[in-house]
Amino acid sequence: MIDEAVLQRVLGVALRTGGDFAEVFAENRRSSSASLEEGKVTELTSGRDRGAGIRVIRGETTGFAHTADLTERGLRDAAEAAAAAARSTAGGVQVAALTRREVPRPHDVEILPEDVPKARKVELLLRADEAARSAGGAIRQAAVGYGDSRRRILVANSDGLLVEDDQVRTRFFVECVAVGDTGMQVGYEAPGRTVGFEFYDEVDVEEIARVAARRALEMLKARPAPSGKLPVVLRRGAGGVLFHEACGHGLEADLVNRDASVFRGRMGEQVASPHVNLVDDGTYAREWGTYAVDDEGNEARRNTLIENGVLTDYMWDFLRARKEGRASSGNGRRQSYQHLPMVRMTNTYVLAGTDDPDEIIRQTPHGIYCVQLGGGQVNTATGDFVFGMTEAYMIEDGEVTDPVRAANLIGNGPEVLRSIDALGNDFDTWAGTCGKDGQGVPVSSGQPTLRVASITVGGTAGS
Amino acid sequence: MKGDGELLDLADRVASWARDGEQVEAYASRSRDTDVRVFEGDVESLSSSESEGIGVRVVAGGRQGFAYAGTLDPSVLEEVLGEARDNAAFGAVDDCYGLPVPDGVAVADLDLFRPELGQFPTARKVELALELERATRAADARVRGVETAEYGDGMSESAIVTSEGIRATARRTVCSLVAYAIAGEGSETQTGFGYSVARRPDDLDVAAAAGDAAERATRLLGARQPASRRLTVVLEPRVTASLLGIVAGAIGGDAVVKGRSMFVDRLGEAVAVGSLTLVDDPTTPEAYGATPYDAEGLATRRNVVIDGGVLRSFLHNAYTGRRAGAGSTGSAVRGGFKSTPGAGARALSLVPGDRSPEELVAAVGDGVVVQSVTGLHSGANPVSGDFSVGVEGLMVRDGALAEPVREATIASTLQRMLKDVVAIGSDLEWLPGGAAGVTVVIGDVTLSGS
Repeated sequence: MIDEAVLQRVLGVALRTGGDFAEVFAENRRSSSASLEEGKVTELTSGRDRGAGIRVIRGETTGFAHTADLTERGLRDAAEAAAAAARSTAGGVQVAALTRREVPRPHDVEILPEDVPKARKVELLLRADEAARSAGGAIRQAAVGYGDSRRRILVANSDGLLVEDDQVRTRFFVECVAVGDTGMQVGYEAPGRTVGFEFYDEVDVEEIARVAARRALEMLKARPAPSGKLPVVLRRGAGGVLFHEACGHGLEADLVNRDASVFRGRMGEQVASPHVNLVDDGTYAREWGTYAVDDEGNEARRNTLIENGVLTDYMWDFLRARKEGRASSGNGRRQSYQHLPMVRMTNTYVLAGTDDPDEIIRQTPHGIYCVQLGGGQVNTATGDFVFGMTEAYMIEDGEVTDPVRAANLIGNGPEVLRSIDALGNDFDTWAGTCGKDGQGVPVSSGQPTLRVASITVGGTAGS
Repeated sequence: MKGDGELLDLADRVASWARDGEQVEAYASRSRDTDVRVFEGDVESLSSSESEGIGVRVVAGGRQGFAYAGTLDPSVLEEVLGEARDNAAFGAVDDCYGLPVPDGVAVADLDLFRPELGQFPTARKVELALELERATRAADARVRGVETAEYGDGMSESAIVTSEGIRATARRTVCSLVAYAIAGEGSETQTGFGYSVARRPDDLDVAAAAGDAAERATRLLGARQPASRRLTVVLEPRVTASLLGIVAGAIGGDAVVKGRSMFVDRLGEAVAVGSLTLVDDPTTPEAYGATPYDAEGLATRRNVVIDGGVLRSFLHNAYTGRRAGAGSTGSAVRGGFKSTPGAGARALSLVPGDRSPEELVAAVGDGVVVQSVTGLHSGANPVSGDFSVGVEGLMVRDGALAEPVREATIASTLQRMLKDVVAIGSDLEWLPGGAAGVTVVIGDVTLSGS
């Protein structure tokens, strides 16, 4: 993307004002998307973004500037702007000679989306639309989306690191609106993986459409969700995002460092029930949050965060790790070259347990069975979180019965971790976009079917 | 920011390449932003960024295509146009596609750009952020930390030119201070968020942002989970503005013509109490979403959406307006050069009532004042109207503020809530985002707690 000699000189410019670390992050992203609504292909979009972000660090202070101009002139201007922000009268270091590092990718991409004719992408939309509409007369609308992106990145820094990565992601989305006597309901399904067009050999777009349609149709029959504290069984895959919010964010070292995490100072303590194991694994082949190197050039790793209920580690980026005198855990990510990196999750999983998932339901006399969660939000400082249930059912006398209308679950991260009393021997994952400080990055989450003994359900009916 | 003419020149060039029978729209934009974050008396980061790009839309033979590039480098313009043309070939034919033509509505004279922001020295920006952090800490002895103390500003300009006679430019400045306070006694922690927004730094209010963050954090100390029941809720202005953002999702033309709104087929019906009037008016200079032109280059205008409780109008762009037979209401919006225009609100507000927030609270028997909501996007659905969100705030008993509460939700449906509005306050204020805040009292909402 950029000549090595140019990078070496630009890093030299960046350190002229006395910084102790400088970095060039360059990115070249191509994306394409296609959407269908009302049975018609409404839009194809192609996009390109290319640029570099340069940061200069002096002590605890970071200066940052970015440019869309990847010529030496453009890079030098950005380096000077970043350096001015981190100016110092004393100290400073020399740039080490750049040494290119080859990091093996977690898996190979077989079919680059850019090599696939647009007509084939459009055909997927039409097939999914047909399947959604065939799912029942109450399906009034189907919106179908196709998306792919190829993101090539380069990281060079004054410690001599030079590394590149090539990240290809593919995602498909179906949302159905069903209309009945009870009003309108929405169902959606949106799988994504860090793979190329071979994704469509692994998933069936018609099945994705049927799942979305079934969800909307089920919700038409839903009764109001209960209000109050109940046991909640989260189906495999559906609830991983709850752990992403309820404890994942609180284990990000930047938030811990700011005293903005309820998990600060709790290393080595029992923070969850003893059968809970939580990992963040950026190496998980093909998953939505996977990469070879993070956006600071560090290799992705599999990091155990909670082992047998005991807090074993936080997640780290370069800056927070440097302050603690330890290695980064490969969790330094950014939305684009226009953003500073920070600690972010990759693929965050609660590992499977030993219980039979069906038995977990049978042993729940009265509660909620949640099949899909929507978005959520957490206050990491207090641990309080909310989560929308987008497909959920009542459990009555150990049987899954009527669907319930969308409602939020509200709880506290550490309390929920302690009240997990059953973990299934199954497992599934879920792809999403995690937002933090205005930056969105692809992540996945996952868990086995599990039960939280008590959580507040924010419906309107008596529990 | 200089180079105003440059964007227009680039957009002119692209639009002039339209072939016979083809409509071309070029939207070019550029922005320059600064962001300063401080932590414990030191600058943590200082970012300066310049972003630019162009989005090109082509309509030909009843089909539409789009492409963008994150650069204004003249050498890519032809390629982007070519890619948009190619994309159009794969779209379905829809007779409602087409760029708007100027419709004679007068363009509001809005002064949204303050050149002094461009001269404001970086050192002063750093000082403001440091001052904000100190003021937040000093505001209350129970504030034990400041998670975020940040100064940010931006200057942006855009130009839209089409082959159909649209030629519009706009520019604006904005700056802000944001503080996030952490308060705690013993093992308890609560957080509060405060801010100040203005078009130029002289109008920023450090004390207000710091005081707000500290007060919101400290007044939640001791908060407990309340018992579940039905009660009256009093929404603080910020919460009302967030809720209007959800209502906005149901009145935008895209959602309506595609049948994805709780308001479909309800024009002319009473959808809210008679005292409720909802207006979107981007020509309001105080609104942060103010703009003289919409995202397709038409003049913005005042649109009354709900008048005395009756649904009167949706917000349309050229496409959705044609579909609905209503015409564009000058409500095209876009996220930037990377997307085609949607249709929606920019400056939504309720017409205020005549009682102060204090008077409204005094009239509540059993209720809760909601100072913040969480899970709005997962819990409030503009299609079904289902509503269930997390809340923090203060209980009200017999007209007086009582103990703080947390870990609770309020639930109803948006349709019911619009009919259950008991009163609207007199305290209208424009907030960042696309809506104004005002205190609103809603009766008979389910509170879920213990």
